[in-house]
Amino acid sequence: MNLAAYFDYFILPILAVSVILVFIRLVKGPRVVDRVIALDLIITIGIGIITVFTIRSHQKVLLDVAIILALIAFLGTIAFSYYIEKQNND
Amino acid sequence: MIDIILAILSTIGALAIFFASLGILRMPDFYLRLSVTVKAATLGVGLLLLCAAILFPDISVTTKAIAITFFLIITSPIAAHMIARAAYFTGTPLWKGTIIDELAGMYNKDTHTLESDPQEKKEDFTPETDQIADTEDETK
Repeated sequence: MNLAAYFDYFILPILAVSVILVFIRLVKGPRVVDRVIALDLIITIGIGIITVFTIRSHQKVLLDVAIILALIAFLGTIAFSYYIEKQNND
Repeated sequence: MIDIILAILSTIGALAIFFASLGILRMPDFYLRLSVTVKAATLGVGLLLLCAAILFPDISVTTKAIAITFFLIITSPIAAHMIARAAYFTGTPLWKGTIIDELAGMYNKDTHTLESDPQEKKEDFTPETDQIADTEDETK
């Protein structure tokens, strides 16, 4: 079994199953903070999937997308936590 | 030889990400979920990026992989700290098996600052008013 088949039939299915498991938490999460960290984890796993796809397709420019996604995930979590902390529960 | 190293690194990375997603699904409350996911997902993505950096004989890919890994290691603890702080302020319950909540009564709810002196701790916390959940269903 060569490395390309290993990436295709082992690594990528594991990452896909991981995204599905996190998506269950995103749907059912009892509070909004659970959904925020689930969304953050989905984007982080997406960076991993983009990396594996970069390796398999030999398209080096796709790593630029991963950089932007890392930035957006961080900014999104910071913005969510800022506004959750400032919200008025009255 | 390179193939074996790449297979080992990518397997460890993918399994770390898988355990992070199992943790966010199975852990009993928000704070445990947060502590599981941040570290394991950062390790997994870092190892996958290391695979890409080894595989491509190109300086630009290595630079980008190092940049993403460095950025994740810098930013994910900050994001986790901020979201956990916001969760504690908005009254997210702790798991019912939590033994001690050392932050109880230490946060000033008006100014959003942390009173760090344990002597000034307000001792008006009874099992009814603290943030530790009474049943499993509150945090599930």
